[in-house]
Amino acid sequence: MSDDTIQITVDGTPLTAKRGQMLIEVTDAAGIDVPRFCYHKKLSVAANCRMCLVEVEKAPKPLPACATPVMPDMVVRTASKLAREAQKGTMEFLLINHPLDCPICDQGGECELQDVAMGYGSSASQYTEGKRVVFDKYIGPLIATEMTRCIHCTRCVRFGEEIAGIRELGATGRGENVRIGTYIAKSVVSEVSGNVIDICPVGALTARPSRYTARAWELSQQPAVSPHDCVGSNVFVHMDGSTVNRVIPRENESINEVWIADRDRFSYQGLKSSDRLQVPLVRIDGKLQPADWSTALSMAADKLQDRDLGVLVAPSVTLEELYLSQKLGRALGSNNIDHRLGQSDFSAQDSAPPMPWLGMQLNDLESLDAALLIGSNIRKDQPIAALRLRKSALKGGAISFINPRHFPLHFEAAELIASRHDRMVSELYCVARAAGADLSAMGDIPGTEGDERHQRVAQSLKAGERAAVLLGNLAVQHPRYAQLHYLANALARVTGATLGMLPERGNTAGAWLAGALPHRAPGGKAAPAGEAGLTAAQMIASPLKSYLLVGAELEFDAANPAQAMDALAAAGSVVAISSYLCDSLSRHADVILPAATFTETFGTYVNATGHWQSSRGMTNPPGDARPAWKIFRVLAEQLQLEGFAYDSPEAITRELQALCRDVQLGNLTEFSTAPAYSEPREEAMLRAGETPIYATDPIVRRAPALQKSLDGAQAFASMAGAELHKLSLAEGDSVSVKQNGAEVRLPVKLNDDIPEGCVWIPAGLPETASLGELFGVIEVSRA
Amino acid sequence: MNSVPADVRLPRPETVLSAHSIEEIEEWMSRFPDDQKQSAVLAALSIAQHQNQGWLSTELMDAVAAKLQMPPIAVYEVASFYSMFETRPVGRHCVAICTNISCMLMGSDTIVEHVQNKYGIRLGESTDDGRIYLKVEEECLAACCGGPMMQVDHVYHTRLTPAKVDEILDSLD
Repeated sequence: MSDDTIQITVDGTPLTAKRGQMLIEVTDAAGIDVPRFCYHKKLSVAANCRMCLVEVEKAPKPLPACATPVMPDMVVRTASKLAREAQKGTMEFLLINHPLDCPICDQGGECELQDVAMGYGSSASQYTEGKRVVFDKYIGPLIATEMTRCIHCTRCVRFGEEIAGIRELGATGRGENVRIGTYIAKSVVSEVSGNVIDICPVGALTARPSRYTARAWELSQQPAVSPHDCVGSNVFVHMDGSTVNRVIPRENESINEVWIADRDRFSYQGLKSSDRLQVPLVRIDGKLQPADWSTALSMAADKLQDRDLGVLVAPSVTLEELYLSQKLGRALGSNNIDHRLGQSDFSAQDSAPPMPWLGMQLNDLESLDAALLIGSNIRKDQPIAALRLRKSALKGGAISFINPRHFPLHFEAAELIASRHDRMVSELYCVARAAGADLSAMGDIPGTEGDERHQRVAQSLKAGERAAVLLGNLAVQHPRYAQLHYLANALARVTGATLGMLPERGNTAGAWLAGALPHRAPGGKAAPAGEAGLTAAQMIASPLKSYLLVGAELEFDAANPAQAMDALAAAGSVVAISSYLCDSLSRHADVILPAATFTETFGTYVNATGHWQSSRGMTNPPGDARPAWKIFRVLAEQLQLEGFAYDSPEAITRELQALCRDVQLGNLTEFSTAPAYSEPREEAMLRAGETPIYATDPIVRRAPALQKSLDGAQAFASMAGAELHKLSLAEGDSVSVKQNGAEVRLPVKLNDDIPEGCVWIPAGLPETASLGELFGVIEVSRA
Repeated sequence: MNSVPADVRLPRPETVLSAHSIEEIEEWMSRFPDDQKQSAVLAALSIAQHQNQGWLSTELMDAVAAKLQMPPIAVYEVASFYSMFETRPVGRHCVAICTNISCMLMGSDTIVEHVQNKYGIRLGESTDDGRIYLKVEEECLAACCGGPMMQVDHVYHTRLTPAKVDEILDSLD
C-alpha cells in the first residue's frame, strides 16, 4: 500500500481512497449515491449548491462531499438523519424559486433537479411568497434559455472558463437578483457551446433545434460516431420513432472525454434537408428526371465503361464507401482515384506515410511541453482536439503557430507567426534552420535567417521533453504543401519532436487506408499496374471523359471550384452517388444515385489516432435512397465486375482490415528529393481562406441552426485595416472579387488578423463557390 | 482568470474613456502585479462611472474590460454585483437614504415617504428632468449615531427631518 492510500468508512463500508481526493469522488467510485448539482467531475469544485451535504464524524455540522478532502479513518454517513435533514433543507431552498413547469420543460424526464427532488424533496413547500422571474436574452440559434429555471449551480459558467476557454456566461447581479447569462444579448461564439446543455442540471439551457419536439422518455438511443472531424467523437443518436431528434455525447475518455463540438451535436438537422435525394435521377434531353433504380443503374453502368475515368470521392463518406469507390475504379482499369479534393500540391505524395495521423494519442495532446502547429485553425477544424491542446498551454506548454493569418484562440500561444501564405514556407524554413536542421538539399536561401521568434520556437521544441510538430488543414491545402511537409519533417527530426498530422476531414485517415488515392492501393501499398493515376487536381485541370463522384460536392470541396465546374461541363458523362442534390450535380450529372448517409447506414470512420470506429444504420434513408455499399454491389454486377457480392457491409470492413494488417503508423519519412524552394509571390493581392467549420461536409452545410450561428455566416471578404485604407474601403462596403474570369460580390469585413496584401475569402460556401483556387491571385475592387 | 476571448471585439479604451480616466486607471493598475490587472476593476469602474454622469454603459464596461484584459462578462458581473455601480442612466444627483435598522428605528420610513411624494418617484427611480436619483440603499452607511441619515452625492447628512431634507435637496443645482 503506497503512502497516499488511506482508508475511510462510508455508511459502514470500508473504502480505499487517495489522499487529496474529494469525498464525492470516492463515493462516486464506490457507487454510493450522493445528490449534487454544482459538482461535475470535469469542472472545478464550486460547492455552491450545498446539495451534497453529508455527515462526517467529529465535524460539528454537515459538510459538502464535493469540497471535503478525505482524511485517514474518516467516518462518513451519507444517509443519516443529520445528512438527510441537511439535504432535504437544501432541496427545499433550491425549489423556492424554481417554476413548476416540468410538463412543458424539455428537460422533464431527464432532469437532475426532478430526479433529486423525487428522492430528497417534500411534497409541499413552506414558501408562500412570490417566485422570481428572469426574462431571457437570446444567446444564439443553438441554445434555448429559460433562466427562471436556473438554480445557479454555475456549471455552465465554469465550463466556459475552464473547458471552452471563452468566458461568455456569467453570474450577474447579487442575492435574489443573481442571474446566469451573457448580460447583453449576444450569440455565444464557442464552437463547443452546446455542452452547457448537457451539464445544466435543470431545464435552463436546452437545445434550441430540438425544443418542444419530443419527450426524453419517448426517444430511443443508439451509439454512433460523429463523421465530421478526425477526432471521431463518440455520440448517442436519439430517435423519435424513425427520425433523428438530437445527438448527445457518449463518454469516451480516450477520445472526446464527455464533450462534443457543436458541429457533432447539431449537424443532424442536415439529414432532413429539402434537397435530400429520394429517387434516382437521370438526364434525358438535357433535363434531370426521376427514374427507377434499374434504368438509372444500367445508364450509370453505360456511362462508366470508359477507361478515361476519374473517381472523386469525398473524405467524409464511410470507410466502406471509400474502399468500394477505389475498388470499382480500379476494376474498371483506372487509377484515377482521389479523395484529396481540397489539396493542390501533390508533389511529395510518394513520400507520404501510409496514413496521416496524429503521431500520438489524443490525450497526449494534453501534456505537451511544446508544439508547433503549421497551417492549423485547430480550434475550429478539430474542436475537441483543441480542448486537449489547450490543457497543455494552461500547464505551461509552449504552443506556437505558423499560419496564413491569426486565428482567435482559446489559450495563450507562445508564438504566433502569421504572414501572407506565400511566406509560410520561409517562416518554417527559418524555424527549421534555427533548430539546426540540414536544409542544404533545399538550397541555401537568402533572407531566411529569421528572428527571435523563430529562435524561440526552435528552442522550445528542442527543450521540450514531449514536443510535437503538427501539420493542419491549411498546410495540406497550401499550394506549397510539399515544402511545408519536408520542412516539418526535417524540423521534427532535428528537434526530436513527434511529427503529427491532423487529418483534414472525418475520414481522411480512412481514405488513405482504403486506397482512395491514385498512387496507393488499400493498406498503403503501391498502386496496382505499377502506374500512379491522376491526382484530384490533375483530373480537374484537364477534363476526363467520365467522372464518378461519390459524396463529393465539387463546388464546395474542390481546391479550385471554378475549374472543377469546367471539367464537369466538358466531361462526356458524370455519374454521382450522393445523398443530396447540389448545384454541380443538378447542372452536370447524367445519373445520380441517391445514397443513405450518417445514421442511415453502417459505416466505419478512422480517426486521427488510427482508431477504427463503426456506427450502425439506425434510421431508414428517405424514399428510394439506398446504402451506398448496395449501390456499388449492383453497379458492379451491371458492369460484370467480380468481387463485389458482399452480403453485409461488415464483410467489406473485414476485407479491408485484412489488407491493412501490416500498416505501420509513422509520420517521419525520407524524401526521395527535396522539393525546390519557391520565392514568395510578387502579386500585390492574394486570396487566402479556409473551409469554415460549418462548411466542411454535405450534412453540416445543410444544418440550419449551425448555419445561422456566427461561424456559419462567413461569406465576407475580410481584410486588414491598412489594406482597406489602401483600397479606400470601409467595413460593410461591397467589393467585387475576380478570379480567373469569375466574379463575385461580397461584403467587406475589417479584420486585422489578416496579413496585408491578402484578402480572406472562405471556400465551401454558396457565395464563393464560383471562385477559383483558395490560395491564389485575386483582384479586389469596389463594387 | 482568462484573457479576453479573441473573437469578442472590444472598443479601444481611448475611444471611450477620457484621457483623465485612463490616467487614473493606469495609476491604479500600477499598484498591482502585471498579471493581476483585474485587481483594479473596482477602481476602474468607479472612474468610468464618474466620467459618465454616474452610470456605466455597456460600452464603458467593455472599455474597462479591454483596458484590464478581462472577459467583458467578468466586468459585467462586478458592475452588477456592487450597489455603488449603476448600469442604467440615472439622475445627476444620487440621493441615498439609509433604511437600515438604526435609521429605520429613528424614522427613515417617514423620510423616504416624504422624498418619494416630493418628487413623485419611487426608490430606484430618477426624476424626469434628470436631476434627482433616489437610490435604493442596501447597506448601513455607518452613521447610526446620526440617524435618520442620507448620502447626497458624496456628502453625509444626519438627523434628518422632512424640512431639513427639503432644504438640502432644494439647494442642489
